Amino acid sequence: MRRVPAAVAASLLATALAVAPAAACGGLIGPNGAVNLLRTTTFVGFHAGVEHYVTAFAFAGGGGAFGSIPPLPGIPTSVEKGGDWTLQRLIRETDPVPDEVFFSRVPAAEAAGDGVEIILETTVDALDITVLKGGGDEVGQWAIEHGFRLPPDAPEVLDFYAERSPIFLAAAFDADAAAERGQAIGDGTPVHITIPTDQPWVPLRILSLGKGAEERVDADVYLLTDRVPRILPAATDSSGLELRHTAPASTSLLDDLRSDRGMEWVPERAWLMKLTVDTAAGDLRYDLAVDATGVAGPSRVAAGLEPPASSAAGDAVVATAGVSGDAATWLAGVLLVIAVVGGAGAWVRRGRRVPHGTGTDPLAPA
Amino acid sequence: MRLLRALLLPLAIVGVVLVTASAMPVGPTVTITMRYSHFLPASVSVPAGVPVTFILANEDPIDHEWIVGDDLTHRRHRTGTEPYHAERPSERSVGALSRVHTTVTFSRPGTYRYVCHLPGHERYGMVGFVTVTDDPS
Repeated sequence: MRRVPAAVAASLLATALAVAPAAACGGLIGPNGAVNLLRTTTFVGFHAGVEHYVTAFAFAGGGGAFGSIPPLPGIPTSVEKGGDWTLQRLIRETDPVPDEVFFSRVPAAEAAGDGVEIILETTVDALDITVLKGGGDEVGQWAIEHGFRLPPDAPEVLDFYAERSPIFLAAAFDADAAAERGQAIGDGTPVHITIPTDQPWVPLRILSLGKGAEERVDADVYLLTDRVPRILPAATDSSGLELRHTAPASTSLLDDLRSDRGMEWVPERAWLMKLTVDTAAGDLRYDLAVDATGVAGPSRVAAGLEPPASSAAGDAVVATAGVSGDAATWLAGVLLVIAVVGGAGAWVRRGRRVPHGTGTDPLAPA
Repeated sequence: MRLLRALLLPLAIVGVVLVTASAMPVGPTVTITMRYSHFLPASVSVPAGVPVTFILANEDPIDHEWIVGDDLTHRRHRTGTEPYHAERPSERSVGALSRVHTTVTFSRPGTYRYVCHLPGHERYGMVGFVTVTDDPS
């Protein structure tokens, strides 16, 4: 089953790498301790079996290079520069700007990793992007050989994701090149990744990468679907997930998104949901599985609650209500956005707590 | 001479662990695997006064260390600056997806920790214990 990672935002690692304090091993901090901050905001849209993954990398100055390696649900057909306002517009629709997690990249080694298949290489502004396929160990080796420093939890996290989708996107952000391009602190570089897939999936566990067990993970996840989505795990106090917004997406939002570069696929109607992650890094052992079709329910495997071999979609506990309907219609559009807020207390909770798990889908076809 | 000093220095400081280097495994053999930045097993028992060969197998794609000793040893390494450990049998660097073996003779019974002192690894739980017994069996 293919899944859509949306995530990442930040940290992500995406798969692999992480944010760590200077005293810790691998994180975002360069060997000279001088860097650099990275921010990533990611947006994933799903329409007609194709995921549109938009993520932005921003920096806070410093020199050298750094980046992140988020997992992808499948092999992308294209990687290109993203639109100018999609991420900002979506975030503004519901909440404050999130920070993202990154990890540092030290000067790259020349050696190529064995056992990793390079799917695609491209450059977007100051970002050197490589899409690679391989197991956790192979991707980890490749990352180290290419200058990424991995925190101690990276091997397990890489394996965790590789077992579910062995596709990773390594984005190396050259801060020196960014400076030469005139990019200012806080400027982001949006990247639009198009990935054929059939079910959204948001990697959340990656957000804990490089953090101590007691450190907090704060993240915002935006989900835009044709109708009320089903998610797993449930948004409860014990899960660390909280449903903060669930409502039909405004026409102005959809129009604004659709008018951005490469975003013409955004549907005319959609349901907007926002979830926040607020939990200790040691407790964040799951991802967010999203049922985009409403047919089978979110997958416990995709949620990281079961190993891939034991289960797939269909055995999930449904967290939010969705009204069953025509599957083809349900596939008509999913938009995921995850924004990660780095640092506890970096954002202020707003809006009302919205109960979930009940109600009908106002966007369902008549 | 440098090697001798390197071997004697920790003995002089700690006075607990007697180490002897050997290119070939000798005496009892203990295999310690490093996976997901943890030691497996996290505790072993060995006899005092007998050379024990430790096979250190790093199955992670990142580097690790295996440093065994008393509190003073670990305190020293937490703030140490040695980027790589190869000269002292009780202090070994183990590269990603590789294995090394080292032979250590513990002169006194007691419990000693083995720790990876790469940044963040000890905090992540990369700690184990060697119980040194009087029983030669």
